Amino acid sequence: MRRHWRTLIAGVALSLAGEASSLAGEASPQDFTEIERGRYLAILSDCASCHTVPESNQPFAGGRAIETPFGNIVAPNITPDPETGIGSWSDDAFDAAVRKGLQPDGSHLFPAMPYNAYSEMSRDDVLAIRAYLNTVTPVHNAVVADMLPFPFNIRAAMIVWNALYSTEGEYQRDPHKSDEWNRGAFLVQGPGHCGACHTGKTFLGGDKTSQYLKGAYLQGWSAPNVTNNARLGVGAWSQEDLVAYLKSGHNRVTAATGPMAEVVTLSTSLMTESDLNAIAIYLKSLSGEETQPTALPKDDVAMATGGAVYRDQCSACHGLDGRGVAELFPSVADSPMVRADDATTSIRIVLRGARSVDTSTAPTAPGMPSYGQQLDDTEIAAVLTYIRNSWGNPAIAVKAADVAKVRQETALRPD
Amino acid sequence: MGKNGSGHKFLRRELLAGAAYLLLGTSQSKATIISKHLPWTPNAGSPPRPARPGPWVFFTGDEGRALEALADRIIPPDSETPGGKDAGCAVFVDRQLAGPYGRREGLYLRPPFLKGAKNQGDQSEIGPAQQYREGLAALDKACKAQLGGKPFGELSDADKDHVLTGLESGEFTLDGVDGNAFFALVIKDVREGFFADPIYGGNRDMVAWKMIGYPGARYNYLDWVNRHNERFPLPPVSITGRAEWTSQTKR
Amino acid sequence: MANRLPGKDVVIVGLGWTGSLMANELTDEGLEVIAIERGPWRDAPTDFPPTYMQDELRYRVRHELFLRPDQLTFSFRNKMDQTALPIRNWGAFMPPNGVGGGGVHWNAEMWRFLPSDFVVKTHLTERYGASFLPKDMTIQDWGITYDELEPFYDRFEYLCGTSGTAGNLRGRIMEGGNPFEGPRSRPYPTVAQAQPFSHTLFGKAARELGYKPFPQPSGNLSQAYTNPLGLKMGPCTYCGFCEWFGCSNYSKASPQTTILPYLVRKSNFTARDNSEVIRINVDKSGSRATGVTFVDSSGQEWEQPAELVILSAYMMFNVQLLLHSRIGRAYDPVSNTGTVGRNYTHQTISSVNGFFDNKKFNFNPFIASGSIGMCVDEFNGDNFDHGPHGFVGGGYIGQVQTGARPIESTLVPPGTPKWGAAWKNAVKENYLSTVKPGTGIHGSFYAYRDIYLDLDPTYTDRFGRPLMRITMDLKDNEIKQNKFLTDKFAEIIKAMGAEKLDVQYRKGPYDIATYQTTHLNGGAVMGTDPTTSVVNRYLQSWDVPNLFVLGASAFPQNAGYNPTLTVGALALWAAEAIRTKYLKSPGRLVNA
Repeated sequence: MRRHWRTLIAGVALSLAGEASSLAGEASPQDFTEIERGRYLAILSDCASCHTVPESNQPFAGGRAIETPFGNIVAPNITPDPETGIGSWSDDAFDAAVRKGLQPDGSHLFPAMPYNAYSEMSRDDVLAIRAYLNTVTPVHNAVVADMLPFPFNIRAAMIVWNALYSTEGEYQRDPHKSDEWNRGAFLVQGPGHCGACHTGKTFLGGDKTSQYLKGAYLQGWSAPNVTNNARLGVGAWSQEDLVAYLKSGHNRVTAATGPMAEVVTLSTSLMTESDLNAIAIYLKSLSGEETQPTALPKDDVAMATGGAVYRDQCSACHGLDGRGVAELFPSVADSPMVRADDATTSIRIVLRGARSVDTSTAPTAPGMPSYGQQLDDTEIAAVLTYIRNSWGNPAIAVKAADVAKVRQETALRPD
Repeated sequence: MGKNGSGHKFLRRELLAGAAYLLLGTSQSKATIISKHLPWTPNAGSPPRPARPGPWVFFTGDEGRALEALADRIIPPDSETPGGKDAGCAVFVDRQLAGPYGRREGLYLRPPFLKGAKNQGDQSEIGPAQQYREGLAALDKACKAQLGGKPFGELSDADKDHVLTGLESGEFTLDGVDGNAFFALVIKDVREGFFADPIYGGNRDMVAWKMIGYPGARYNYLDWVNRHNERFPLPPVSITGRAEWTSQTKR
Repeated sequence: MANRLPGKDVVIVGLGWTGSLMANELTDEGLEVIAIERGPWRDAPTDFPPTYMQDELRYRVRHELFLRPDQLTFSFRNKMDQTALPIRNWGAFMPPNGVGGGGVHWNAEMWRFLPSDFVVKTHLTERYGASFLPKDMTIQDWGITYDELEPFYDRFEYLCGTSGTAGNLRGRIMEGGNPFEGPRSRPYPTVAQAQPFSHTLFGKAARELGYKPFPQPSGNLSQAYTNPLGLKMGPCTYCGFCEWFGCSNYSKASPQTTILPYLVRKSNFTARDNSEVIRINVDKSGSRATGVTFVDSSGQEWEQPAELVILSAYMMFNVQLLLHSRIGRAYDPVSNTGTVGRNYTHQTISSVNGFFDNKKFNFNPFIASGSIGMCVDEFNGDNFDHGPHGFVGGGYIGQVQTGARPIESTLVPPGTPKWGAAWKNAVKENYLSTVKPGTGIHGSFYAYRDIYLDLDPTYTDRFGRPLMRITMDLKDNEIKQNKFLTDKFAEIIKAMGAEKLDVQYRKGPYDIATYQTTHLNGGAVMGTDPTTSVVNRYLQSWDVPNLFVLGASAFPQNAGYNPTLTVGALALWAAEAIRTKYLKSPGRLVNA
């Protein structure tokens, strides 16, 4: 029953997504469609993720801590509560916050809020989101957003940061590309804000444009390259593979876990087929230079020892040929994430185990056990090196020090 | 290398201990309530604790010597494979007796303890720990009394075997202890130590598994199911691994 | 004083196979369902990973996944004039505990019963005459036919992805399958598992002797599979750590792999683990259940009210809860009155080990799954004329060797000393060339007047409640049946080329100390007559219509097969009755 309803809503949202922007502020018959449009845009923008404490059953009530190297930023309450939420904000103020990073009192938001990306949306898009947020349950929850220590709590410093990194401005359609491509570009660059995790950052936390969507390190995880690179990105994936991954969290090669699992649950699994295809088309258009290190010889120490560990342990699920079982155990032979230069995610998964995401189309949620107790840093480095150099598409070796680092950095993490 | 954890990377969102995190509900794993998602925690699992080498934990010196001697007659050394002693069987039994097995954890130990038929299962008021204390002491005492003042461990191999054969047949009796039952218990435990994973102190270096050709704690034999009547070539592996995991020997 | 929880539509006692199946069905009806499980939550990546699951000492010898007798046990005696003594350490059977129940650590052998098994009393009486049956035998018809159950067998097989070769497809006998099986409406969902060397050799020998061997139907899958709920399983990798162990790689059918991930996502389902139900509560009339009382791990009592109570706690605990809750009338064998505890049965198991020339045979016996094996069904049920033999019942026989973990599988030929150089050498010489089927003979166990369950007068559990008392012995009928089957089996092992045989018959008295499968049945049997059954043909309690009792407790007697497929099919059958009949009109589904 529920699934029907959702498809209906998504269908309505889709039909409105491309419409002209004059619907905001119209008389009540349009409010429903406006709210639905806003609800879908909020899904695309994944507002719920940062602004909701998981399992709290209080959507958008804020209170979730976001860790930065400068300290904690706590996401504010964006329910329509007039005192502790944004209920008393004007539409202009809301728009300025989302697309310019400005608070009603003129102070700056820290770019934990991806206003740079959101600025690609139009004012009407943002007001639709506002219309939706106005309908969610108001929650009285006073959030102390400012927990950054001096001198990082100086919001005025964002003026400089913005000057360096801000790419403000609505999405501009590329007339040489198809409608689908443009839609995908808008989704990825704009509300999807994929680059927030998948684009390498400078030491001040701004995007390194040359590293656009080529992967980035993110507090104990390495978000993979999602460009069309065949070795490191989605180049060997079909459009269907990408859509399946985003929709169900699983495809024939790999599965979403960690922070991406949440993105799938709250955002991409709820997108329309057409939008997912658009995203896939866009990502697969981001081709670039393909590099490949030399594969390690079979008699390399790591290859020999790692191969023994693989045969004795990993092959139980990932198969004797590294191919796993489609949509159950990732194919470590085919997974671009496994080949990333920054092997943090692979190391972390081996050390601590991982649960893949469950969605209605892929409910199994298989889990990987934790090997951190049984295998030491050298053994884990060896087996990952073996995996990365045995089945084509070689990747650089993983070192024991890399493993030790991840072990240490993730020691206190709860997930 | 791209991994600048020490640099100033800007992070979008991360869960962290702190006021906000404490708002979360109960941990998802080992939860009493299971709802909406399968439970999960990182670093989950309860791997066995390795038996640490070193002095006896349960046995006294005399007891340990007696059991080592028993182990070496139950499983004598030969040119190819060590005996029970060098395989660590006595260490195994020692650690087991010091643990839940010796303490009979989990068993139903409420009274009354009545003697029943053999097929009604063990109704003994004492468990393995005490059975070993009493049995080993009685064994040494009986040997000293009947075989020239020597405890079991100091007898010649031939004399040891003679005693054990006597325990089996009932000809060699122990004072206050059912010698036949005690010997059967020791055989059972020594054998378990011989064939169990080395992590428990016996089967040192997987000698027993090498002897019989058992490949150990492996999991995937798909490439061997249809190879009938061929010798499986891979060396055994234990829960803690094998030499090839850490040194450059043949895979 | 119990704390009262908010009421639910359904409370399910025990989250094993039947609890999970029923929970999934009833949540699909939109009901609010809570399942209460005595043991802990369990799952492959967190509780039986391939890092340390392959541990024979821990899981087979110390049986860590199972219920601890200290938490709950039974007392046992052979005969009514004996004093029962407590089972202080498990032996003959090993009760499960935890989410998934026995479904976590079973062999996954997936057998249907024969059509004649469901009407065994009528069938045998017609064929051999009533006087052919022993006077104290109390077998009875089930009140359900194979044809009625067939669609539910099919559903459970497809839920599990069962690997097998059909023998009777809608009446057509198929080459390579079991020619004696009842007709099935569809082929198996996946092909039969590939058989390792000794199992293949057994099949060949059996065929040459004129039998029709077939691969054992297996819930350890031959290939990757997606079940009707969208849950995915992988192919079994023949690790040889199947029964007693959880499966590390999602290839053994269990509630965890075939139902729970799908079920847990539903907003109208909740489960509590580490919570032991100690009583089913009934109102003053005694004919309406109001819910259950359970104890959490801190010792706190809670009351869970519900409109419908499903008792799915495993056969023994079902009967025990009925007795402790005073539901129905306890069976008294002397006066032959009462039904709760009556017709308790086990399985008649034995085996033959074969020792082969190690220069000619290398079996790699450690390569196996829990449900591997080539089997022969010529001597099951009433598949052969029992007239000349003087017994009824039978079983399948097969080389069903499921692995060769060394503590258990280092056998030596008969006559070898139990210790010393000769023993050591014999172990070395024989390990790779021994055939050790385990439950090579898997025979029926019929019901008798003086084999039953009741409450012990002396021994109590940690709550002070009397232990349930088992009175069980092996009767001549089963002993004869077993000798006959074992001899037939030995012939095949010999024909394989064994040099020495170790023939082990099942002999009396029934021994509580040696393992003989955990296929316990009865005590709350199903039937058409309330004077000889506890539940009706829909597994609904005759006495308390809003109570259903699932599991092998419903079997009036055991057949010559592993019970789980029938247990699961019956649970689905009962769920269908609840969904299509009971919920529309709560009350007695059968008037008798």
